Amino acid sequence: MGTAPTVARRDRLGLGTSPLRPDGGPKVRGEFAFSSDLWAEGALWGRVLRSPHASARILRIDTAAARALKGVHAVLTALDVPGSELYGLEFQDQPVFASDVVRYMGEPVAAVAADHPEIARRALELIEVEYEPTAPLVDPEAAITAPPIHPEGNVVRHIRLRHGEDAEPGLPGGDGLVSVEGTYEVGMQDQAFMGPESGLAIPDDGGGVDLYVSTQWLHVDRDQVAACLALPPEKVRLHLAGVGGAFGAREDVSLQVHICLLALSTRRPVKVVYSREESFFGHVHRHPARMWYRHSADPQGRLVKVEARIVLDGGAYSSSSSAVVSNAAAFSSGPYRVPNACVDAYAVRTNNPPCGAMRGFGAVQVCTAYEAQMDKLATALDLDPVELRLRNALASGDRLITGQVINGTAPVAEVIRRCAAAPLPEARPHPPAMALPGGAGRTADPARVRRGVGFAVGFKNLMYSEGFDDSSSARCRIEGGAITVTCAAAEVGQGFVTLVHQIAEDVFGTDGVVLAPAETATVGSAGSTSASRQTWMSGGAVDAACRAARDALCGRVAARHGLSPEMVSMRDGRVVSLGREVDLTLDEALAGDVVDESVTFRHAPTVPLDDKGQGDAHVSFAFAAHRAVVDVDVDLGLVRVVEIATAQDVGRVLHPLQVVGQIEGGIAQGVGLAVMEEILVTDGLVRNPSFTDYLIPTALDMPVVEIAGLVEEPEPGAPFGAKGVGEPPTISSTAAVAAAVRAATGLELPRVPIRPEHIALAAQ
Amino acid sequence: MAVFVPTSLEELLTARAERPGLDLVAGGTDLVVEVNFGRHRLEDVASLSRVPELGGWRREGPAGPGGHLVLGSGLTYTEMLDPTLAELLPSLAQAARTVGSPQIRNAGTLGGNLGTASPAGDTLPVLAALEAEVLLGSAAGTRLVPLGEFVTGPKRTALAPDEVILAARVPVARGHQEFLKVGTRNAMVIAVCSVALVLDEQARQVRVGLGSVGPVPIRALEAERFAAEVVDWSTGRFSGGEADLRRFGELVGAAARPIDDHRSIASYRRRAVEVCARRALERTMSRQAA
Ligand SMILES: Cc1cc2nc3c(=O)[nH]c(=O)nc-3n(C[C@H](O)[C@H](O)[C@H](O)COP(=O)(O)OP(=O)(O)OC[C@H]3O[C@@H](n4cnc5c(N)ncnc54)[C@H](O)[C@@H]3O)c2cc1C
Repeated sequence: MGTAPTVARRDRLGLGTSPLRPDGGPKVRGEFAFSSDLWAEGALWGRVLRSPHASARILRIDTAAARALKGVHAVLTALDVPGSELYGLEFQDQPVFASDVVRYMGEPVAAVAADHPEIARRALELIEVEYEPTAPLVDPEAAITAPPIHPEGNVVRHIRLRHGEDAEPGLPGGDGLVSVEGTYEVGMQDQAFMGPESGLAIPDDGGGVDLYVSTQWLHVDRDQVAACLALPPEKVRLHLAGVGGAFGAREDVSLQVHICLLALSTRRPVKVVYSREESFFGHVHRHPARMWYRHSADPQGRLVKVEARIVLDGGAYSSSSSAVVSNAAAFSSGPYRVPNACVDAYAVRTNNPPCGAMRGFGAVQVCTAYEAQMDKLATALDLDPVELRLRNALASGDRLITGQVINGTAPVAEVIRRCAAAPLPEARPHPPAMALPGGAGRTADPARVRRGVGFAVGFKNLMYSEGFDDSSSARCRIEGGAITVTCAAAEVGQGFVTLVHQIAEDVFGTDGVVLAPAETATVGSAGSTSASRQTWMSGGAVDAACRAARDALCGRVAARHGLSPEMVSMRDGRVVSLGREVDLTLDEALAGDVVDESVTFRHAPTVPLDDKGQGDAHVSFAFAAHRAVVDVDVDLGLVRVVEIATAQDVGRVLHPLQVVGQIEGGIAQGVGLAVMEEILVTDGLVRNPSFTDYLIPTALDMPVVEIAGLVEEPEPGAPFGAKGVGEPPTISSTAAVAAAVRAATGLELPRVPIRPEHIALAAQ
Repeated sequence: MAVFVPTSLEELLTARAERPGLDLVAGGTDLVVEVNFGRHRLEDVASLSRVPELGGWRREGPAGPGGHLVLGSGLTYTEMLDPTLAELLPSLAQAARTVGSPQIRNAGTLGGNLGTASPAGDTLPVLAALEAEVLLGSAAGTRLVPLGEFVTGPKRTALAPDEVILAARVPVARGHQEFLKVGTRNAMVIAVCSVALVLDEQARQVRVGLGSVGPVPIRALEAERFAAEVVDWSTGRFSGGEADLRRFGELVGAAARPIDDHRSIASYRRRAVEVCARRALERTMSRQAA
């Protein structure tokens, strides 16, 4: 079943093959050093004191008793931050330590360093913080007009998108138009990576610091840390430590500033490892959303107008909310041709946990809504849902509701067709209890299990948008017979470390290239490992750097032998001339010299959305379709996702196995959001900060993934023609599962995650 | 902090008598979580894993009705799944299979589930339906306490500071058994609610234990009396109709005392035990326990 490639010995090198990950063996054997495994002689343990309140004034902080505890080496508060008191990805609006007010449960108030983690914990208990709790603002809709909870106001960004001739609110005129309306909700999803936030900071003798940390973007962390420490950036050196998953949760600074402050103030190495519970408070989550939609179409099912009002709860601080809401608005009507659109999208501040980047970044929430709307429209028009989507599918040359014309590839119809064409799984006549809804709990009565099928399509942008100067740097050095590639791109599990070798193999004809550790001191920024961008951006940079180094070396050899440069090339790791008169090892070709080439790669420029939400804000788009088959126990409301078939627009497959890995992982997160994953927040207080109660899919919850098609239409302008593949699998998989559960139950189910009671108590 | 590793029951009971309240650790799958969350600070602790008297299970008295099975407190979930024991106590095996992951089932014990006495402890409704007694021991001797008296509240038990849980003593019952557990995912999940159903053909009783729908495991006595009337005791199968199943479900639902919490809501829990109860009774018609 499926087209999952097996890993065989490769009969050739380079892109398009599936070499094993260099870190795969160590990870499987438990030998890989994650950031939480680091240790340095004499290291202290750092811990952070967090607010138990969602909203409160701080009247007094007394650290004397904590300082007096034996084994405690530092107790720091806002008063001890030498530089900027604030940090943030897009706007600096988040305090390193709260000093006058706390705006969310879990906000850092103080940090300690001690000889032992237990002493550090006791020290936290000894810090006296007098709070005066205030009524938290927790309703995002109310936040739009409520008194501000932050000096910057509550509305982080409002996008007022107006597109087409009929762009103002209201039903379009015209004969025989059909309109459908709905209000949808998405709960707060967590990235739920396995490796909690952790790092090790080592001070140097000159007032600088080395920080080993798991992150998604070393250089942006460095700049924020340096600003808070009041140090020049070169005195703060970040090194990528083993990352146990990211999914957006490591884009914002978490422990970086605290740990460096502790190390610099104690002049000792300091290690911080968050517990699982603390991790839930230590990073941003996916924005919960409330979305009202009205779709209007002509009798043939062609969309005429989409109206929407989208409110994203950004929590207490801005994080990447302004970019998330921009995406939510831009992709709010789905991968369809929509001549008229009127969309108001808000990201607001509340006293709920801060929300920011998570795989899919604003595109996931709206997809659950617009795809539910497409199904409603199909019902209203009595059209097959797949057919309705095909009639509206975007294609290259079409215009988005942002006014941007898609110049690259847009095989929307193709992914829909390929996905829909996958054979449906057979219903097993006597399924074992484990395979039924309820699984190990043995609750199912096969006679009360209904099967449903749902279809959904989604899309999003690749790379950073809206005029952001998005770049990646890479360096290739050939010295003494060794080729070394340096790039600060964060490997967070996606497989960049494998790709670098494949790229270099194609350039040099050998698999012996060394990838240097990712850090900030010797190479420029690679940008963030997010937005499905590293294959394009850092892959492009590595490719360009390798080519530059190869060409420089070949050029020197050509000059030395009186040949024209194009006569000399590299084959099998050797420098050879066309007729093999020259045939040198690297060492011989270098002749004692060194080649060192650095390249900075940029994608085509973009512009910010204007005051009508219009503009060529995006570089490229990727599309995917998902078809979910579910079994639902209609009495108990338990769901078993049986299979998800998918087709995805990938541009070009560079590593077949890693593409499948991204698809399966993305689907797992999509399924999780559809039926179980939610951070429950009441009055701003998180009620389930543990893996006991924040449920993510187990092997028994994971459906069979049927890859019905990897659509390879090379993307113009993309290195290798490849599109990023990391995010599309999460975007429409949630919507497809929700649609399938609706089909099985006949219920409207406008909210994800769908909980058992939504089904069991709704049914008669 | 000192760690004792007694290698006999006598050694353990002496240590416990000398240091009342000495922490006991069996599989550690509850205790260590409590420690990690800072809800419990370990002082001195004794490990139970090397005490041979606490391990395994044995028969007591006749093999059939009238006899007993004595399940050592050190019995792990994986051991409850052993076919010989699973055939004798299918509902316990079914409950054991729902617990955690293979790692947790290898480490977690019956004694630990009893010691914790969580409203969501999965063996508790089973032991309630089996009318098990808990065998407690101290340096002064042993005592048998019915399960309903052993569990005195949520995470509260009748265990004295110098006592150790030695075993659960379960009367042998002939007849169909069922355990159904509702959770929001298909494995490794804390019970939103659970239902254990035990038919005792000798006593002509249907016994129902409910988990996660009250502070302690609940017996649905009225439903039990009703069910005894709609079972054909010559075959040990449910012999009523749809209306009887519905009535049985309602009576079980009425016995539940569920609450709203972050795992579910009371109204769903009540509905779910109704559904599970009627399904459990209906399954006696097929007589296949697995
Ligand atoms: C990931 C995970 C999943 C889980 N899933 C489930 C589940 O699905 N269902 C479920 O019911 N539980 C579950 N649990 C909880 C736990 O595994 C069980 O309650 C298990 O039975 C505890 O047994 P233990 O031997 O590990 O107990 P321990 O942690 O060693 O002890 C628990 C308590 O009982 C006391 N104790 C242990 N033995 C004795 C004794 N002989 N005499 C007196 N006191 C004693 C200890 O002092 C302690 O207070 C899960 C736990 C984890 C970590």
